[in-house]
Amino acid sequence: MIRVSGLEKSFGDLKAVDGISFEAPDGRITGLLGPNGAGKSTTLRVLYTVLKPDKGSAHIDGADVVTESLEARRRIGTLPHGSGLYPHLTARENIAYYGRLYGIDPGELPEKVDRVIRQLDIAEFADRRTKGFSQGQRTKVALARALVHEPRNVILDEPSNGLDVMATRSLRDLIRQLKAQGKCVLFSSHVMQEVAALCDEIVIIAGGKVSLHDSPEGIRNATGCDDLEDAFVRAIDFVGGERR
Amino acid sequence: MFETLRIVFRKEVLDNFRDRRTLLSALLLGPLFGPVIFAFAINLSLKQSLSDASEALDLPVLGSEHAPNLVGYLRSHNINITQAPASYEDARDAVEAGVHDVVVVIEDAFGSDLLEGTPATVAVITDQANRQADRESRRAMQALNAYSQELASIRLSARGVSPMVMRPLNIDLIDVSTPSGRSAMLLGMLSYFFIFALLTGGMNLAIDATAGERERGSLEPLLCLPVRRDQLIYGKIAATCLFMAMSLFISLLSFYVTLKFIPLEKLGMTPNFGPAVVGTAFLLLLPFTLLGASLMTLVASFTKSYKEAQTWVSIVLIAPTLPILIVSLLMVRPSTILMLVPSLSQHLLLVGLIRNEPLDLLHVAVSVVGTLVAGAVLAWVCARLYRREGLLG
Repeated sequence: MIRVSGLEKSFGDLKAVDGISFEAPDGRITGLLGPNGAGKSTTLRVLYTVLKPDKGSAHIDGADVVTESLEARRRIGTLPHGSGLYPHLTARENIAYYGRLYGIDPGELPEKVDRVIRQLDIAEFADRRTKGFSQGQRTKVALARALVHEPRNVILDEPSNGLDVMATRSLRDLIRQLKAQGKCVLFSSHVMQEVAALCDEIVIIAGGKVSLHDSPEGIRNATGCDDLEDAFVRAIDFVGGERR
Repeated sequence: MFETLRIVFRKEVLDNFRDRRTLLSALLLGPLFGPVIFAFAINLSLKQSLSDASEALDLPVLGSEHAPNLVGYLRSHNINITQAPASYEDARDAVEAGVHDVVVVIEDAFGSDLLEGTPATVAVITDQANRQADRESRRAMQALNAYSQELASIRLSARGVSPMVMRPLNIDLIDVSTPSGRSAMLLGMLSYFFIFALLTGGMNLAIDATAGERERGSLEPLLCLPVRRDQLIYGKIAATCLFMAMSLFISLLSFYVTLKFIPLEKLGMTPNFGPAVVGTAFLLLLPFTLLGASLMTLVASFTKSYKEAQTWVSIVLIAPTLPILIVSLLMVRPSTILMLVPSLSQHLLLVGLIRNEPLDLLHVAVSVVGTLVAGAVLAWVCARLYRREGLLG
């Protein structure tokens, strides 16, 4: 479970995140939706402890991301925006490297690597060097790398960026699988359809603030729009649940 | 706690052994650059300094018919008199155009001047900006001077004066440099080749640690892992050190082989560069890897891209030359204080080693400790930087 309360983060004069609070419970898919530059990535980067918040706090399964950052990092699997692989290593070696750094017991490592390779259906190219992989293949390997230690919480930053239709579909299947395993899945996107197709909960962010947090159904009702895309556009004008 | 360091180290080594670019620069270009340049320079200077004295000099002489005795003297001193241009002006033009390096012109009045006892004029036309010509004109001048001396002696003797009157001083030049000492001057530049090879070996790894990982997008996921960031960077610096050490070793080895094929004895040098010296030199230079790796990693971490990092890190390649250059110009003797200066201390110790002087153990200790401390401090600064948010760029 991921809990964010009153998060604030500025870069110089720019206030990227301005008091964001939400909860992403276990066994559910939570989508962070917003236009480019709304503060989604900054929020996620605070969650996976790459950035420190100016104000507010965030907890992963109760572990504070600032004061217990190692513990928090241990409890998440992360797919940061534009995740890169090591081109001279094979997919399997890339995954195993992360497995070792996660502290997986060397005796169990091959088995765990095999398991994520099967789970993500990448056995076909698992023993090839990742140089020259397609964007879809790369995303899958990066995701396998993030899941090798079987984290309870999974954070994905714009995972479907640059993927074709088939790759996007298999990514969605995978996210649903993770949900079925009872994990807490938090992902960001600026594509309404994607969020609508997957999420149990949607947090709409605009201008560094949460403008709406509800189920897809609830958002349709709150904005009075049947079409989610219209609802999205209207919701961006909402701040703190009230019309600006 | 060192588990992370070990995992990162192993991965970096594997990764870079598969990277052709790294291997090429670390294990081939860097180590071979020095020996090739060195062998080339030595061979060139060998050719210049050895070949001439024994070889006959072809010397065009204009007006040789006016001075048959002089021409005979020159012939007896291993100088071939060849066909000269037709006139003084032609001779000048020929030298200017580089057709001839030196032309000697004997004036029409040469014979009559000699008879009257007034100085007879011989012109040596040459281009002193041309090094090759410089040596040939020197040989011609020497022969002419010797002939002039001989004539003077004969004239004095004819007047009943001892030719010794002309030699109030007897000047002896005594060169005390030992063959090993003379080699040291030339081989002094070796230390820079070694440091250069060492740094080149780790360059790609150092850049990769921050700028490369950032550009590839692999830095952010790496920082999300539940490991201490200083361990990540120390693992990378350790891998960089290993590549630097390998490059250094290959460089020493290739010099060892190269020197066997260069006829240095002909230059009067007996370089002390056997297996024991190679081994000692490796150990003396080894502490420099930590400093080099940390410095390069530090410089690379301030840059925005791989390209930019390459530019700045290349400057680091030149930095260690500065102390060596200054000291070479000033001819400073090794002292304990100087041993605190990295790169300089290694250079001075190496020169001593090649000169076959006994190693001063205090100097060695100061050099090793001083360089290691400087390296450790820089590594620590790198680790601090790796903790900053701004690292992600």
